[in-house]
Amino acid sequence: MTEPNSTNDPVNTTSAAGSSAGSSFKAFFRSPAAGALMGFVAVFILFSIFGYSRNFLSVAGITTWVNFASLIGMIAIPVGFLMIAGELDISTGAVLPAATMTVAIICEHYQMPEVIGVAAALAIGALIGFINGFIVTRTRVPSFIVTLATLFAVAGLTLFLSIFFINNTNSFHHPPEWAKSLFGGKVYGFNSSVFWWAGLIAAFAFFLHYSPKGSWVFALGGDQESARNAGIPVARLKIALFMLCSTSAAFAGVLQVMTFSSATSQANFGLIFNTIISVVVGGVLLTGGFGTVMGIVFGVLTLSIVTQAIGFTEIDRNLSFLIIGVMLLIAVLLNDTFRHLATSWSGTKKK
Amino acid sequence: MSDKKPVLELRNVDKSFGPIDVLSGISLKVGEGEVLCLLGDNGAGKSTLIKTLSGVCQPTRGEILMDGETTVFSRPREAQERGIATVHQFGGTYPLMSIGRNFFMGSEPTKGFGPFRVFDRKRANRVAVEEVQKMGITRITDGDRLVGGLSGGERQSLAIARAVYFGARVLILDEPTAALGVKQAAHVLRIVNEAKRRGLAVVFITHQVMHAMAVGDHFAVLIRGAIAADFRKGEKTREHIADLMAGGESMADLEASIEGNMETQGG
Ligand SMILES: Nc1ncnc2c1ncn2[C@@H]1O[C@H](COP(=O)(O)OP(=O)(O)OP(=O)(O)O)[C@@H](O)[C@H]1O
Ligand SMILES: [Mg+2]
Repeated sequence: MTEPNSTNDPVNTTSAAGSSAGSSFKAFFRSPAAGALMGFVAVFILFSIFGYSRNFLSVAGITTWVNFASLIGMIAIPVGFLMIAGELDISTGAVLPAATMTVAIICEHYQMPEVIGVAAALAIGALIGFINGFIVTRTRVPSFIVTLATLFAVAGLTLFLSIFFINNTNSFHHPPEWAKSLFGGKVYGFNSSVFWWAGLIAAFAFFLHYSPKGSWVFALGGDQESARNAGIPVARLKIALFMLCSTSAAFAGVLQVMTFSSATSQANFGLIFNTIISVVVGGVLLTGGFGTVMGIVFGVLTLSIVTQAIGFTEIDRNLSFLIIGVMLLIAVLLNDTFRHLATSWSGTKKK
Repeated sequence: MSDKKPVLELRNVDKSFGPIDVLSGISLKVGEGEVLCLLGDNGAGKSTLIKTLSGVCQPTRGEILMDGETTVFSRPREAQERGIATVHQFGGTYPLMSIGRNFFMGSEPTKGFGPFRVFDRKRANRVAVEEVQKMGITRITDGDRLVGGLSGGERQSLAIARAVYFGARVLILDEPTAALGVKQAAHVLRIVNEAKRRGLAVVFITHQVMHAMAVGDHFAVLIRGAIAADFRKGEKTREHIADLMAGGESMADLEASIEGNMETQGG
C-alpha cells in the first residue's frame, strides 16, 4: 500500500529551497507593517514639502503631533491586540474621561495623595476591562455590542458621579511636583507621555512578537476553536486583553489630567475612531489573526500628522478628514491583498 | 477484553449537550501498543467521544480512567500534560501564522531567563520542518512560511506531525486521512503503526475501511451514540465491517440504491 518512489518529490524540494534565503526580506515587504511604514514616510515627506515654510519641521511642529500620538498610541496598541484576537473595544472613549475625573475628584476635591488617585483610576480601568471580557467570554454577544454598552454605561456613570461628588462635569487638577514631572512634564517640548509610550511600545512589542504567549493572541483570532483544543486558556487570555486595553486607556487618562491639569467627564468619541483607524492603517486585519505592534505605531503617527500637523502646512485644514478617509480605504485594500498573498504563497513561486 | 494493560479506559460514559444526548453508555479500553479504530456514520458521536478523551468536553456521567485510576481532564491542557495528543477533525492550524509557531502552539519553546524568556523561533522552525518532512511533506523547508499558503493536506500533515511529536502515551486522530493523498495517507498509516510499535495507545477515526483494516487491532462501531459492535482484528470480515460503518445498512443495498438513482436521473 506504500508507494516508495514518487517522481515529483525532488523537483519540489529544489524549487522551494531556492526562495528561502530572501524570504524574510521579501516577507517584510509583503507585510502590512511595511505598508504602514511607507504610508507614514509618504505623508511625512508630503507634509515636509508643503509645510517647509510653515514650520512643520520645527520643534513645535513635531512635538504637536508626537504628543498627540503618544496618548492615542498607548491605547491603540492594546486595541490592536484585541483586533488581532478577533475582538473590538470601543469603550475606551468612556474609560479615559472616567480616569481623568477619578484623579481629579480624589486628588483635587478630596485632597488625597496622588498615588491613591492614580491607583484608583487604573483599578477602575481594569474593572471595566474585566466586565467587558467577562461578558464577551460568557455570552456569545459580539464585543462591539458589549463595549458599545459599557461605553455608554461608563460615560453616563462618569457624568452622574461627577455631578454627585463635585457638582461639576469638569475639574482642574494641579498635581504635586513629582507627579507633574513623572506623568505630565515636558522635555524639549515632548510630554512625559511620549516617553511612557516609548516604553510601552517596547513592552507591548516584546509581549506580542517575542514572548512565548504572544502566539496565543494570534491563535485566538486565527481559529478560536483550535486554540481552545490546543490548551490555550481562551477565556482568561481574552479577559486579560480587555483588561490591558481598558487599563491602558485609564493610564492615558492619568497622563492627560497630569499634563493638561484638567479633567472632563465628556465621553471622547473621537478617541474611538482614532484608535481604530490607527490600528487598521497600521495593517491589523479586521478579521483578526494578523498584525504588528510597529505597524500600529506607524498607523498612529500617520493619523496624528494628518490630523494635528496640517496647520503647520499649506494644505487646507479641512482636507485632513479626506486624507484620513482615503488612507483608511487604501489600508483596508492593502491588508486584504496581503491576506491573499500570504495564503497563496505557494502559488506565487516560480515554476 | 484486551490482553494488554489499558492506558485509557471509558466506563459507562454518557455525554449530553443540554437536552441532546450524544453519547450513551460508552465503555472502551485502549492499551499500550494498540490501535483502537472508532467507526461510525456521520453524526454518530465519534468526535464527541474523542473530545471527552482529550479534555475538551467532560462526560455528563461515567468515568475516564488513565492507567487504571479515575481521572478528570477538566481542560485540554491537563490531558496534554498526561501525554495525550489529539488531532481534531477540523482546524488545528492558524493560516496567518508561521509553520514554526503553528507547530508549537500552546507549548512554545523558549530561551532566556525569567520574564525575558523569548520564543525560540529558530528551534521551533527547525523542529517543525524536520517533523513535517518526516511525514513525507518534503516541499516544506522554511519554518517561517505562513500556513495559509499550504495545501489542505499539508496542513493536516502539520497537525498530525505536531501530535506525534507531543504525544507521549496516547495519540488520538480524528479522520486524519480525510484530506490526504494516497501517498500521504499511507505515511499516516505507517506513522500509526510506528507509534504502536513504540508502545503508544492510538485511537483512530476513519470512514475508510481500507485504512481501518490496515492499522486497527480493535474496532468499535458507534451508532447514534452507543456502541453497536466491539470486536478485535480478524473477528469480522471486511464486508461486515463496511456494513457496520455505513450505520448498519448493507453496502450492497447502498450500492444498489445509488445505481437506482443514477438510472432514474439518467433516464
Ligand atoms: N456542542 C454541541 N452541542 C450540541 N450538539 C452537539 C455538539 N457537538 C456535537 N453535537 C451533536 O452530536 C452528534 C455527534 O456529533 P459528532 O461530531 O461527534 O459526530 P461524528 O461521529 O464525529 O460525525 P462525523 O463523521 O461527521 O465527523 C451530532 O448530531 C451533533 O449535532
Ligand atoms: Mg467527527
